[in-house]
Amino acid sequence: MTVRTVLIFAALTVQEASRRRVLRSLAGLTIVLLAVSAFGFSRIDAEFDGELTTGEARLVASTVLNLVMFGLSLIAALGTAFLAGPVLAGEFESGMALAVLARPVRRSAVLVGKWLGLVAFGSGFITLAGLVQFLVVWATVGYWPPDPVAGLALLAAQTTVLLTLGLLLSTVISPMASGIVAVGLFGATWIAGVVGSVGAAIGNDAVARVGDASRMLLPTDGLWRGAMNAFQDPGLLATLSEEFNAHPFLSLSPLTGAYLAWAILWIVLVLGLAGMAFLRRDL
Amino acid sequence: MIAGPAPAVAEELLAALPPSPAVWCSSLRKRYRRQVAVDGVSFTVGRGEVVGLLGPNGAGKTTVIKMLLGLVGPDAGDVLLLGRPARDPRARTRVGYLPELFRYQPWLTAAEVLALHVRLTGISVPAEEPRECLDVVGLADRAGDRVGDFSKGMQQRLGLAVALLAGPELVILDEPTSALDPVGRADVRDLLLSLRARGVAVLLNSHLIGEVERVCDRVVILDKGRVAASGTLAELLGRRDVRLRLAGVSRAAEELLAAAGPLTRDGDWFTVGLPADEDATTVPALVDDLVALGVRVHAVEPGRISLEERLLGILRAGPGADPR
Repeated sequence: MTVRTVLIFAALTVQEASRRRVLRSLAGLTIVLLAVSAFGFSRIDAEFDGELTTGEARLVASTVLNLVMFGLSLIAALGTAFLAGPVLAGEFESGMALAVLARPVRRSAVLVGKWLGLVAFGSGFITLAGLVQFLVVWATVGYWPPDPVAGLALLAAQTTVLLTLGLLLSTVISPMASGIVAVGLFGATWIAGVVGSVGAAIGNDAVARVGDASRMLLPTDGLWRGAMNAFQDPGLLATLSEEFNAHPFLSLSPLTGAYLAWAILWIVLVLGLAGMAFLRRDL
Repeated sequence: MIAGPAPAVAEELLAALPPSPAVWCSSLRKRYRRQVAVDGVSFTVGRGEVVGLLGPNGAGKTTVIKMLLGLVGPDAGDVLLLGRPARDPRARTRVGYLPELFRYQPWLTAAEVLALHVRLTGISVPAEEPRECLDVVGLADRAGDRVGDFSKGMQQRLGLAVALLAGPELVILDEPTSALDPVGRADVRDLLLSLRARGVAVLLNSHLIGEVERVCDRVVILDKGRVAASGTLAELLGRRDVRLRLAGVSRAAEELLAAAGPLTRDGDWFTVGLPADEDATTVPALVDDLVALGVRVHAVEPGRISLEERLLGILRAGPGADPR
């Protein structure tokens, strides 16, 4: 019955996400981003009158691809963070949860089901939009990322981290506020990550630790850097100097297994906390 | 090792036991910060019984209902629903519920909302049952419309349909007519009577005392989080009156009236107090006797202290003044 409940709520959440206006907004933003990137990639070579060397062309393609993928991950982050609040806290506020939770269901199964639905929705969006973007880059400049599956999986994990945070926040603050705080923290962690990279590039350990600490507290930036690494040309990385470590849209080192394990543990812990708050809540 | 026939004997013994009440709750308590919302509430709803929950705003009625359904965790006390502890979600398998704050997924159609609730009960129901439930509440022709486009009254009707799904043995209705027009209220009254006829237990929280008086077998009155009074209507209301407009009342007829119960007269209106346990034949027999004595009977009206008057009396007297 519990697995059944999880699947019912996962399906319901995907159905909710697909029928709410947020999907149309997401689709609109994504189409605009893909169209602009297609135009941009098609102009890269033309702007330099075909004078770019192969290496330069790859550097530009890698950087611009990461920039566009960051845009996509931002859209996914915004979409899922603003969906996570309403699917839980919004149902408490409106009273929609009353009739549903009075059925023979366990609250923990309801929470996991909704979380799973959001993960499926976010991951589906990332996979679809990411694949279309890769095809756009391949068609325009002939570049195909070295490890697209791992890169997209890490972006999906980044989205999962953010929506899990959104779920936890929505158990204590209003749905809209939880979305705003989650996206704000996502942006702050990214900036802290860039600051940390600058610190590492100039050899300032104190500044570098800012990035490390933020990547531990909220693993979105760490996962994003792993994804960037998977999208870049591996030959290119060998030719770049340490200074490129500070580049916001290039990542010199791949993700470690330990960090990935921490990110998974982080998701489990935060979902567990959200579950505890959800179980104790009076409706 | 268990002998062969023992399980069968145990089953027979179990089957011979009277069914557990639809609702049994004992010493329920709930405090919100410094405010005590529910303070030692205990009552039962028997199988097939219709029980009204009455009380002023803030008496704790909705909190009690939510505690029965596991939506609010009690600070103390126990609840059994249909014989199972309410902590076990399976206790709610055969329970229908219409919340006071009724809101259903606006992105789903009415038929999809019902299909969702059928899946959540985990019971297989006949394919036509959801449609029949929508038909009962007058929404059959709106089955394919999105709930987001429904008026409040229609959403409350949908909530009633949801509560009636999957053959419930207990239906808990929290203010089921708050958004309904007079026709809708009459429909709900008919629905309650049909549930009672089918042996479905109902716990009804309503501010419409007339509604409660017409359909409920028993009433539990809450005030300031405590049970102020409870019992059957006859127990709570005590003496009944019958008012008669008569002409040609002889001395013998007046003595007959006085013998039936305490008599008061206002012009040609006579009011006779009847005992609480009077049976259904008392008034017709009295009228027959009056006619036999040559009295012309122009009107016969049941008159009794109304539940509203009784409720106000209990609440003004304070909690615990007249508990039963």
